[in-house]
Amino acid sequence: MSSLWPRLEPLLAQVQKPARYIGCEDGAQVPEHAPHKVAWLLAYPDTYEIGLPNQGLQILYEILNERPDALAERTYAPWVDLEALLRRHGLPLFSVDTHRPAADFDILAFNLSAELVYTNVLNCIDLAGVPVRAADRSPEHPLIGAGGHCTYNPEPLADFVDFFVLGDGEEVIADITERVGQWKVAGRTPGSRERLLRDLASLEGVYVPSMYDVAYDDDRLVGVTPRFPDVPERVEKRTIADLGEWPYPKRQLVPLTEVVHDRLNVEVFRGCTRGCRFCQAGMITRPVRERPAAQVRRMVGDGLRRTGYDEVALTSLSTADFSGIERVVADTVADPANCGQVSVSLPSLRVDAFTVGIAAELQRARRTGLTFAPEAGTWRMRQVINKLIREEDLYGAVESAYSQGWRRMKLYFMTGLPTETDVDTLGIAELARNCTEIGRRHTKGASVTVSVGGFVPKPFTPFQWFGQNTAAELQRKMWLLRDELRRDHSVQFKWHDPKATLVEGMASRGDRRMGAVIEQVWRAGGTFQEWSEHFDLGLWTDALAAQGLSAEEIVYRHRHQDEVLPWDHLSAGLHKDFLWQDWRDALAEVGLPDCRWTPCYDCGACTGYSIEHVVASATPPAGGSQGTGQDLDWTPAPVPVQLGSRS
Amino acid sequence: MRVRLRFTKLGKVRFTSHRDVARIWERALRRAGLAVAVTEGFRPRPKLSFGLALSTGHESLAEYLDVELATPLDAAGVAGLPARLSPELAVGVDVVAAAAVEPGGESLQEAVRSCRWRIEALGVDPSSTERLVEVALGADELVVTRQRKGRDVTDDLRPAVLSVAVVGPTAGGTDLEAELAVHPRSVRPFELLAAVTPLASEGRVLRTAQLIWREAGREEPLLAAVDPDAWRASHAQPCTTGRDPRDEPSCTRGVEAEPGHDRTKHFPVPAGGPPER
Repeated sequence: MSSLWPRLEPLLAQVQKPARYIGCEDGAQVPEHAPHKVAWLLAYPDTYEIGLPNQGLQILYEILNERPDALAERTYAPWVDLEALLRRHGLPLFSVDTHRPAADFDILAFNLSAELVYTNVLNCIDLAGVPVRAADRSPEHPLIGAGGHCTYNPEPLADFVDFFVLGDGEEVIADITERVGQWKVAGRTPGSRERLLRDLASLEGVYVPSMYDVAYDDDRLVGVTPRFPDVPERVEKRTIADLGEWPYPKRQLVPLTEVVHDRLNVEVFRGCTRGCRFCQAGMITRPVRERPAAQVRRMVGDGLRRTGYDEVALTSLSTADFSGIERVVADTVADPANCGQVSVSLPSLRVDAFTVGIAAELQRARRTGLTFAPEAGTWRMRQVINKLIREEDLYGAVESAYSQGWRRMKLYFMTGLPTETDVDTLGIAELARNCTEIGRRHTKGASVTVSVGGFVPKPFTPFQWFGQNTAAELQRKMWLLRDELRRDHSVQFKWHDPKATLVEGMASRGDRRMGAVIEQVWRAGGTFQEWSEHFDLGLWTDALAAQGLSAEEIVYRHRHQDEVLPWDHLSAGLHKDFLWQDWRDALAEVGLPDCRWTPCYDCGACTGYSIEHVVASATPPAGGSQGTGQDLDWTPAPVPVQLGSRS
Repeated sequence: MRVRLRFTKLGKVRFTSHRDVARIWERALRRAGLAVAVTEGFRPRPKLSFGLALSTGHESLAEYLDVELATPLDAAGVAGLPARLSPELAVGVDVVAAAAVEPGGESLQEAVRSCRWRIEALGVDPSSTERLVEVALGADELVVTRQRKGRDVTDDLRPAVLSVAVVGPTAGGTDLEAELAVHPRSVRPFELLAAVTPLASEGRVLRTAQLIWREAGREEPLLAAVDPDAWRASHAQPCTTGRDPRDEPSCTRGVEAEPGHDRTKHFPVPAGGPPER
C-alpha cells in the first residue's frame, strides 16, 4: 500500500498543530516494508506532544528497526479536529513515518501509561478500520497488542486487545516477532489467528485474554482460568537482567514541534526498592538495575552532540539514588564540549539537603523551580505509605534550596490515603506554610505551589485491597485544604479533579466487565478523557448503570484477603502474602527500609526470576536520612547486591 | 559578529510554526558547533533575530535569520555556513545564502517593506481569475472585513496590494503572483484572495522574496538563485513517501548517511545570482 500523504496534506491545512502529523523528526526512520518483515505500528493513544517523548515506545522502535525480520513505525491519537476530517474523507489512522494506513501493519501495539486513555485505544482501533472487539477480527486484520504499566490490570481492555505484554519489552518483542513472522509467511488462513494467539500465550510475559475463561458467582469475580492445558495458569512478567545491554534509545527522536519533556532523556536505572506503598511503578519494576556510569556518560555526551539539546534529564524512579550520581552530574556540567551551557534535570528529587546540593550543581545554567514529593502531610501518614521523609528532611531541603537561590518550590501530595483523617489532610497546609516561612527568610517573593491528587489504589501494591475515597469525600478534602490556604497568598493550591480520580479507579481495579463500560463511553463520543475539556463523568456513570455495575463495588469498597482480584492470574514477581503483610504493616504504621541497603525480606521480585539488584554501591548514598526516616549512621551488613565490577 | 542567513522552508516542514522553526535553529546551531552569543540574565537565550513570521502551512524560498556569533568567522567561514548548517536542519529547511552584516544596522523586521508571493487559488480557472485581477487592480479600494478583538474591522487593502498577476493553471486552480506590503500591517495571502477572487480557497502558498526598498529600487536582504518553478517540480513529492529511502533524501539524518553524503539537495546552493531590482 502506498502513502496516504497526498490525501492527508490538504486536510492538515485545516487542523490545529499540523506538525503533530508530519513525522520528519531527527531520528525518525523510513523503513522498507517487505513480505518477510513483521510490521509493527507502535501507537501512543494520546496526542503527539504527550506521546512522542515516551521512552518505552522509542526504545522498541529502534530495537525493532534494527532487526532484519521486523520494522516499526509510530502513530499517535489524532486530535478531534483531524479525526473528524479523517472520518468525513474516509481516511484511516496512519503512521507518521511513512503515512501508511494502520491496517497495512501486522501488529498495532499500544503503550498504556494511564487509564483515562482507554477510550482512545478503542477509537484508534476503529480508525484503523479494525473491529474494536477482538472476537470479531479475522485473519486479515492486524493483531492488537498493548504494553506499559497499565497492563498489570489488563482486564478492562481484555475484550479489545489480542495480547498484552507484562514487564520490560526489550526481549519479548523478539519472541513475538518470530511467531508473527511465521504466521505471516504461512499465509493468514482461516483459524490461523487463533492458533497464533494460543502460541503467543505460552511466551513468558505475554497474556492473551481470549485464552482464559472468566467466572463470576453472585456478581463477584471468582476466577480467571486457562481454556487450554498449554496456556499458563499464571502469566509472569518479563524482566531484563542487565540494563547495560540495552543502551537505548541510541538516537532519541528530536521533534520539530513542541512536546512535553522536550530534552535529552537518559534512563540511569530501572526499578525502585524504596517501597512506597502507593507506588505501582516501584512495585512492578523491581529489582533495581543500574546502568553502568560510564555508559550513562557516553549516552549523555553522544546524545547532546547528536540532538543539539541543551538539557538532559537523568531518568528513573528516584535518580538521586543512582550510585555515584554526583560524579555523573559534575562530569556532564563540566564537560568542555558542552560549553557550560547544558543543564541537567532530575525529574524525581529525593527530599533532603544532599539532593538539593546536587541540584545546585546541575542547574547552574537555569535555576527556576524545584519539585519535591512528600506525598502526605503528617509523619504518621508517611509511615503508613512508607514514604519515610521526616519533617526536618523536608525543611532542610527547602532551607538549602532557598539559600542557594531558588525562589519557587512545588510540593506534591496525595489525599484519600488509607487511615487518613482530616488532621493528615490539614497537615499538608501546615507543611506548605512552614516552607514559605523558611523561604521568606531568604527572599521576599518566596512561593510554594501545593499540588494535591486523589489517591487511586493500584494492582500489585499493598494498597490493592484498599477502598478508594468517594469522589464526594475527595472533593470535601480538597475544599478543606482550599479553605485552609485561602488567605495564604504565598501558597498556590492546585488539585486534581476528584471526578477524574473516580474514573481512574474504575479502570485501575475493574474486572473484564468494565470493557462494556469503556466501549459505551467511546461510542457516546468520550475520547481524550484525560483532557479536562473533554472529560465527562456523566458518560461514565451512565455506562456503568447501563451495564448493571456500580462504583461502590468496583472502586469504593475494601477487598477481602481471600477475594479473587482481577489480576490474580498475572504476576509482577511479588508474593501476594508479602503484599498482604505490607498492607498489615501499613495499617500498623510500620515502615520498611530499602532492601538495596538492608537484608532481603523476600518480596519475590528477585528470587522468583533468579535475578538480582544491579547497583554499583553496596552502601546508601551520603547525607540526610535518605528519606527513610531511619538512622543510617551504621555500617551495613553484607547485603544481596551484585557489586558493579563494570566500569 | 553578526551574520545574516537566508533559508528555505519547503515540504512537510511547512506545517511547523514560526516558534518551532526558532527551536529547530537553536538546536542546529549547537549541533554545528557554532558559538552563538547569549543574552545576559537569569535565563540566557541565544541571540537570534528572525525576519517576518511565516504562517504555519506556508512555504518559503526567502526566510531570514540574523545570528550574533560569539566567535567571529573569516570570509571563508561565512561562505561555508550554508553547507555547514543545512545538514543540521530539518529536511526542507536549507540555508541558501550567508553574509556578514554590520552590527547595529536596521533589523530585518524594520527594513523589509514588502513580500513577493506565489499563491494558489483553488477552484478557479486562470481566465476568469485574470478578469477579476484586472477589476481589482482598477478599483479605488479593496475592502475586507476581519475580526479583531471580537469586533469587525474593515480595511482597504488596495494600497498594500503592490502587484497581482496570474501565472497559470495548477492541478486544482490558478497560481497567482503578488507583491504585498508589510506596513502598516502585513497583508496575508488569504486576504488578497478574499478581496480579489472571493470564490477561491487558499491552496499552496510560497513566499518568494522579502524586499527592502532602496532609492535605486527593491532589493532582497540576501540574494540566492531560487526558482519557484523548480520548487514546484522538486516538491511534488513529500520528504517521506514510503519509497525506498535510498532513492531520495529521507527524514533520517546524517547518522545513517555515508560520510560526505550531501543532504542539502533540494536546492543547488548558488554562488550568487542576478541582483533583483
